Amino acid sequence: MSGHSNYVPKTAIERWLDVRLPIVRLAYDSAIDYPTPKNLNYWWTFGGILAFCLVTQILTGVVLAMHYVPNSDLAFNSVEHIMRDVDYGWLIRNIHANCASLFFLAVYIHILRGLYYGSYKAPREVLWLLGCVIYLLMMATAFMGYVLPWGQMSYYGAVVITSLFGAIPYVGNAITTWLWGGFAVGNDTLNRFFALHYLLPFMIAGVVGLHVWALHVPGNNNPTGVSVKSKADTVPFHPYYTVKDGFAIIVFMILLAFYVFYAPNALGDANNSIPANPLQTPAHITPEWYFRPFYAMLRAVPNKLLGVLTMFGAVGLLFLTPWLDTSKLRSMRYRPTMRWFFVGFIVVAIALGWCGSKEPADVVIKLGTAPNGDATGLSVTTFSQFLTVYYYAYFLVVLPLLGFTEKTLTPPETISTPVLYHGASAMPAGAAAQAEKRG
Amino acid sequence: MVEAANANPMTQTVHDTPPEDHGSRRDFIHIAALSAAGVGAVAVAWPFIDQMNPSADTLALASIEYDVSKVMVGSRAVIKWRGKPVFVCHRTPKEIADAVADDHSPMRDPATDASRHKPGKPEWLIVIGVCTHLGCVPNKGGAYGGWLCPCHGSVYDTSGRIRAGPAPLNLFLPDYEFLSPTKVKIG
Repeated sequence: MSGHSNYVPKTAIERWLDVRLPIVRLAYDSAIDYPTPKNLNYWWTFGGILAFCLVTQILTGVVLAMHYVPNSDLAFNSVEHIMRDVDYGWLIRNIHANCASLFFLAVYIHILRGLYYGSYKAPREVLWLLGCVIYLLMMATAFMGYVLPWGQMSYYGAVVITSLFGAIPYVGNAITTWLWGGFAVGNDTLNRFFALHYLLPFMIAGVVGLHVWALHVPGNNNPTGVSVKSKADTVPFHPYYTVKDGFAIIVFMILLAFYVFYAPNALGDANNSIPANPLQTPAHITPEWYFRPFYAMLRAVPNKLLGVLTMFGAVGLLFLTPWLDTSKLRSMRYRPTMRWFFVGFIVVAIALGWCGSKEPADVVIKLGTAPNGDATGLSVTTFSQFLTVYYYAYFLVVLPLLGFTEKTLTPPETISTPVLYHGASAMPAGAAAQAEKRG
Repeated sequence: MVEAANANPMTQTVHDTPPEDHGSRRDFIHIAALSAAGVGAVAVAWPFIDQMNPSADTLALASIEYDVSKVMVGSRAVIKWRGKPVFVCHRTPKEIADAVADDHSPMRDPATDASRHKPGKPEWLIVIGVCTHLGCVPNKGGAYGGWLCPCHGSVYDTSGRIRAGPAPLNLFLPDYEFLSPTKVKIG
């Protein structure tokens, strides 16, 4: 997509095509010959895993759309029809539903990898921003897909998320009515969500194209965060990373197969097996696991507008990350203090997810007993408030300030140095050339 | 790493204007053409945006009539109006007294109990059963004897007023009137 091309057409057909549409050259330059840092670890395989997820979701989704009916009277039964009557419908729908969940697992690991190794820092800011856009599109797609089976959780998920826009001052109600196409979530809402759920994955695919393009201009970051200095620091993408990514994808497929064949409903909610009822909200509602940290932040704030802003702000902070981090080093491998804040961030994110699955008034730490025998103490809401403060402070306090005050370790001069000399950062002048000779 | 060869050398000369033209005539045509195209784009975009609003048949949803005599004292009926639940509550004297007693308690959205029912009919409380936070249907319960929203824990009292939790407003009152002592018309 950019830079020097080493492609040499070998056959007459390739030569003929290369001067008309150099598509084979594009594929060769970006997937075969693309120079990749030679020290990428398995955290770098999640890009390939995510591409696998997107393709799986589009293929299974197109097939499901052939049997699904986007009408509020028929939708629930058409999903049952897929599960019971359509040949292999159960398999295709189980793959679609569970791969959606694992898609988010993979994207969270991919984002955390970027945060840990500083992959968002110059010159990769646009690459990072495009990734954030993909993440937003994924959330919109997953939300609308979850509404389609038209069960109780589908319905009230749609109600709660669309009502978030009602928090906007003055125009909020007009916007929610516009989103619904009525005075409540109903058939019009379901129909447009189906159309958009079909559209958005192709928009994601488009932005993924830009994401890969923006990756191939500066090239991959790597675990040391040290930029590629010479050809000795890289290996061609094929076969080194096609094989490594391929192996990771196979491991990921085993995990997917486990859920599809042995626990197809483990990641879902039993309430969604009840058809949508606009007159009765289930006693306990919670989103899918991948939205729960944000859901907990929404509930942590006892004010509707501020709660909504806190939730959207939590995603918005990701967009600002490249400009919030003041450290000169990319990789946290050489930032021992930052590493602990990062571990704290993961713990907080998981704890927020746990809070999002509980009732707001549930007691986390019991401190006493009320006269009626109920436990009193630190509630889920209070706990979520502490966690939300940490989440925000990580981006708004730690990332900007620690860069000025922390004691860092010295990263190696080049990517090749630690590979060949086990972390020795000082290297005699002739050693690099010698190392290259050894391969 | 972007190749310099991508730059088109032709673009250097295309915009040179003849010296006698001063650019005014050509600039005018550019601005006029772009303005017309901009207005046209907005005009075309509007139908695509407005089609999302409620359709005519949705807007035409008729009002409903309901016979309240089948709602016993102390019970609450849930009926569907415009796709939303409406709570028809036959309040007990104690529930009314509790609501009136709290009229001057600190509240997020202050309202007297008298403003929440039709004059002379304090036993009938008719509210839209949609939590003003994020739209869930509150269940009977909560510390104030009214409703507790299962989604985010908003608590309403026996007058449908918000008393605790994240919701900003009291439960909304639909437009309704009593056609007879037992028949109510909503909408």
